[in-house]
Amino acid sequence: MADSATTTLRRVALIGNPNVGKTTLFNLLTGMRQKVGNYPGVTVERKVGRLDGDPPIEIIDLPGSYSLSPKSADERIAYDVLMGHLPGEAVPDLVVCVVDASNLERNLYLVSQVMDTGLPTLVALNMTDAAEEAGLSIDTKKLEEELGVPVIPMVASRNEGVGKLKYRMRQQELPPTAERQWDIMPVVDEGLPYLVDLLTEHVHEEGRRIEVLQCLTNDAMLAYWKDRAPAFHAAILEERSRLEGLKAPYQQSEIMGRYNWISPVVARVVSRSRGDSEPTLSDRIDAVLTHRVAGPVLFGLLLLLIFQAVFTWATPAMDLIEAGVGNLGDLVRANAPASMFTDLVVDGVIAGVGNVAVFLPQILLLFFFLGLMEDTGYMARSAFIMDRIMSKVGLSGGSVVPLLSSFACAIPGIMAARTLANPRDRLITIMVAPLMSCSARLPVYTLFIAAFLPTGAVLGIFTWQGVAMFSMYLLGTVMAFVAAFVLRRFVFTKGDSSFFAMELPPYRMPRFRQIFWRLIDRSKAFVVRAGKIIFGMSIILWVLATFPQSDAPEAIVAEQAALSEEKAERVEGLVNGGVVRAEAEALIENEFTDEALAIEARLAAWQVERSFIGRMGKFIEPVMQPLGFDWKISAGIISAFAAREVIISALATIYSVGDVEEDSPLLRDQLKADTYADGSPVYTPLVAVSLLVFFVLALQCMSTLAIARRETNSWKWPAVMWLYMTGLAYLFSLVIYQGGQALGWG
Amino acid sequence: MTLTDLKPGDRARIVAWSTDVPPARLLEMGMLPGSEIELVRYAPLGDPIDIKVRGFHLSIRKSEASLVQVDVI
Repeated sequence: MADSATTTLRRVALIGNPNVGKTTLFNLLTGMRQKVGNYPGVTVERKVGRLDGDPPIEIIDLPGSYSLSPKSADERIAYDVLMGHLPGEAVPDLVVCVVDASNLERNLYLVSQVMDTGLPTLVALNMTDAAEEAGLSIDTKKLEEELGVPVIPMVASRNEGVGKLKYRMRQQELPPTAERQWDIMPVVDEGLPYLVDLLTEHVHEEGRRIEVLQCLTNDAMLAYWKDRAPAFHAAILEERSRLEGLKAPYQQSEIMGRYNWISPVVARVVSRSRGDSEPTLSDRIDAVLTHRVAGPVLFGLLLLLIFQAVFTWATPAMDLIEAGVGNLGDLVRANAPASMFTDLVVDGVIAGVGNVAVFLPQILLLFFFLGLMEDTGYMARSAFIMDRIMSKVGLSGGSVVPLLSSFACAIPGIMAARTLANPRDRLITIMVAPLMSCSARLPVYTLFIAAFLPTGAVLGIFTWQGVAMFSMYLLGTVMAFVAAFVLRRFVFTKGDSSFFAMELPPYRMPRFRQIFWRLIDRSKAFVVRAGKIIFGMSIILWVLATFPQSDAPEAIVAEQAALSEEKAERVEGLVNGGVVRAEAEALIENEFTDEALAIEARLAAWQVERSFIGRMGKFIEPVMQPLGFDWKISAGIISAFAAREVIISALATIYSVGDVEEDSPLLRDQLKADTYADGSPVYTPLVAVSLLVFFVLALQCMSTLAIARRETNSWKWPAVMWLYMTGLAYLFSLVIYQGGQALGWG
Repeated sequence: MTLTDLKPGDRARIVAWSTDVPPARLLEMGMLPGSEIELVRYAPLGDPIDIKVRGFHLSIRKSEASLVQVDVI
């Protein structure tokens, strides 16, 4: 790897504990020149950027890790990249360890492991300002001597010291590989040379020892060698039983050995100007924010504020987007020739993309608040406060944020579950996240609650409709907890218990630049991933609702003919009375607009009934009838499989209402007026409740399934997710409708 | 006594883990025999706890904390 800098781009990996400003540094170095992808076969994001200049450098942002002995998928990637275990991923030429100066001891643990990989290493001693504030003074020169690698003090958030880091990264000559200075307990040490030799053909010389140590204590790491180096695999197992026989605490030997070296080093290079026990500003803030009473109250208020923002502040922007999409559609329709293709573009593509775009303001706002919580350090406190409750259903405080995010959209929620180190916690969180009522359900709730539930007040200040809306959210949340409990108890019974160890980083002022970056990152992921699927499904749905095209029935043809005849007669009458023909025609055309539209609407409804989607609705009607749903609702539910909010445009198509606003009085009245052949109304309040509950529980979202497939790396879990949620929805709606009827509420 | 017997504000030294396989993550974060530790506070609902070890705040559950034998300083 020595002369790669002269031939190809030098590759520099950034590694560091979480919350040390590694991502800030990465953004600072690479700016907009970033590429976010995935490591093959796993769901860990691969972030690569380019530092321009002479020579340019490729920078790899490795996931935040406390240690190279992997506990999570993220940490596994960091280790595998440094060791060259990933196919197609060359070992970096240089590793920059980003270190929190105010928290040197724990950070040096990772540094000591990175040094053992044998790769040239630089230490970026970040947050020196925070260290000073905490009364710590670090002798950088001495630290450099002790470690044997270059140390560059810096404050990345203020762009201090970054120039020097860039200079060192560009230097032709790489820092030499540091000597290992720590010792492991003798009983473990004596077994190492033999094991190291077994890796001769597989790992570069400097990295062999750390690979042996990882495999000795970590089954996941050892599994990598089962087929690649069977002899090594067997020898490790033998060594483990030898050490167990000797009752040697070999599991802890590496950790103790490293700290035995690090602690004295830290004592020599760090001097304190004030006592360790003196409360810092952060401690004083914590005394309030995690206070027994004030803590939960403030957390509740914050959630309320976020909800308020997401559901009301976003409205103007959402209205604007909706209007924009509508105008764009009108514009295209006005200027393009009337054809099937124009219909597809306007009703399929523009409306479909609009369906996604309209949720963007809500999602941006939610991500903004989440970013604010993360950046200030409050996120960890929310997990601290909530952990007790979450542990009751077998989850941990870490699941709070992914689940809360799912109130906006399950996609970012499922993505946020990556932060969970415990694979079982992560999987359960992913599985239940779609039960939280996302913003796509909101328009459906709004339409049916406004149309069919009474407006009267309850307890003076609340309305029935408000209570109904709240109940939808409550039902989803409660079911998510129940599902988590059941999954934990009966499905994911194996695996480590969800043990919880979380750093509570010091509070700091939010850096809006950082938050903005993350906002862009996450919204891009949402728009691209969800957009693609909804875009495609909108086209398919349009096709299903448009074809096959059938000829107008005789009754409607006759009606049309009768109308033309009447119009002609009236025109003649006016012309005879002395009115100019053109004027008379316009006048009559205007007078009969409503009649003409009504006939057209009946024709459209007649055609939808015979289209694929209408036939599908009819086909499943017998299954849906026990829930109180007729073929039109059933067809709506089928179309809502792509995305829930699509049911509104689908019902609008079926009822032939041009206007597809969820609070559209037109659609609401059409629904209210709809009757069965015997004259009884299709929608009673009971049907509406049954339908609402169905939408709370059913998994009607292609994008969620797609993202769950990506995050779990198999189709098995998305399939289970769809089956259990849809099953729950059917069961609950069945019980509600049948029970309601039995009680005479029909 | 164990870590869960401490009151908020108490400082102690870790004596040993009363299990053969202590959680590796906690060891890596510096909760080793001999380390100094301070119990800062209990969460509002009584669990988990906020401890200070090697200069930073860490939150762990009582179930893990009860495996840590300590001596008050």
